[in-house]
Amino acid sequence: MKWVLAVLLTACLSANVSAQSVVSTGDLGLVVERANGSLLLVDQSEHTAIARIEGLGDLSHASLVYSPDQRFAYVFGRDGGLTKVDIVEKRIAGRVVQSGNAIGGAISDDGTLVAVSNYEPGGVRIFDAGTLEMVADIPTGSKTIGLVDAPGRRFVFTLWDAGETWIADLSEGAPNITRIADIGRNPYDALITGDGRLYIAGLFGEDGLTALDLWEETPKPIRVLPEYGRGEAEMPVYKMPHLEGWAKAGNEFVLPAVGHYEVLWIDGKTLEETGRTGTYGQPVFAMARPDGRQVWVNFAHPLNDTIQVIDTLTKTVVHEFKPGPAVLHMEFTPRGHQVWVSVRDAGKVAIYDTRTFEKLGEIEADHPSGIFFTARAHRTGL
Amino acid sequence: MLKTVLIVLFCLSAITSLALAAEDSSPDALISLVHQDCGSCHGMTLKGGLGPDIRPGALAHYDIETLSTVVLDGIPETAMPPWRPLLSEADAKRIAEYLLRGDMK
Repeated sequence: MKWVLAVLLTACLSANVSAQSVVSTGDLGLVVERANGSLLLVDQSEHTAIARIEGLGDLSHASLVYSPDQRFAYVFGRDGGLTKVDIVEKRIAGRVVQSGNAIGGAISDDGTLVAVSNYEPGGVRIFDAGTLEMVADIPTGSKTIGLVDAPGRRFVFTLWDAGETWIADLSEGAPNITRIADIGRNPYDALITGDGRLYIAGLFGEDGLTALDLWEETPKPIRVLPEYGRGEAEMPVYKMPHLEGWAKAGNEFVLPAVGHYEVLWIDGKTLEETGRTGTYGQPVFAMARPDGRQVWVNFAHPLNDTIQVIDTLTKTVVHEFKPGPAVLHMEFTPRGHQVWVSVRDAGKVAIYDTRTFEKLGEIEADHPSGIFFTARAHRTGL
Repeated sequence: MLKTVLIVLFCLSAITSLALAAEDSSPDALISLVHQDCGSCHGMTLKGGLGPDIRPGALAHYDIETLSTVVLDGIPETAMPPWRPLLSEADAKRIAEYLLRGDMK
């Protein structure tokens, strides 16, 4: 009798598994189609688009983060929309319009909180990752930029107008805020290192960057490369650079200069300058390949048709090519063997081998901007 | 040395502006520039971002001449850059008209 039951049970279970087809999300990704408010679900291994998910509002300058199980994406739209997308069922699972004008977001280390930073009204709002109900509202009275997650259920963000960085600690429920003044004039973006220790804000209103050591009880601003542009003519900046957690290349950080056609290298321990590399234009993204051996750089309008690849050991440009008009973003596969590049005005995402620089394929996309692979789910600050 | 660098830079930018600004752009190209590139800071719908709202209602206090000067020369001490290296005066004027009226002739 027992074996009959066992056979029946096995039959039922296997029937059940094959009925609901298995969707693995570990090598999937989402491409933002900025003009039409849609996302393209892509397969990193197959080099294909699987589905288009529509109805996300104004996605210019949109970014997204992933839930720890890599099933849900939280998409931050320019229009203040926060949309939760189920990439297994390929549909919108929830959406709230939480402000008039937003600029990005982050997910807490435990995956339970999603924070959005807003220009208007300026501040940060924090939502339950399950229900999208607001759990905390932190007005700052300033355009708020550079929002990242930090270990210990914390969020860190910076005030463009006031030049302050705030740390919101939600480890005990209600946010406990630490304010750090004197970050510098007009910080435009910030990053946190993969270990969650250093928070670095780039300054637009003056030369230099400001670092905070988050391992300290009360972090104090550390000035990095003050006056790096001294004596040089400033170039107009037609697009603000971005700072992302891909800045560590070997033992150094590599960061875009502002108003100068160069990237800046600083020592990972002392934060002193170790070199500069002249570039083709105003860098927008300077992204280290995940192993740190190369740095890929794209540029602001009107020089945004080009990518340069810098060798980390020699700090020289070893490859330059033109993927097409308006290269907006680059995303490496998690181990860095390939890179996906969005070419907005060509309506495509191009895929390259990062060692041979050979083009491996392309995917049609409507005005593509940000590309986000699900492996980001397991990285602090992405 | 600095002087030489500045002269070279000036010449380079002059050549670039000539090359880029010699011919006036098509309306479609200008509208695309406004939404995609001005949109980097002002938002693709122009309702503001790091830069302010530049929809017609928000710019009502400008006349076309002043606004095209802002486009060409930027606003010192702010993030608004000068577009003179990339745009002809005629194009800047058409962009100013577009921003104030919401359409382009």
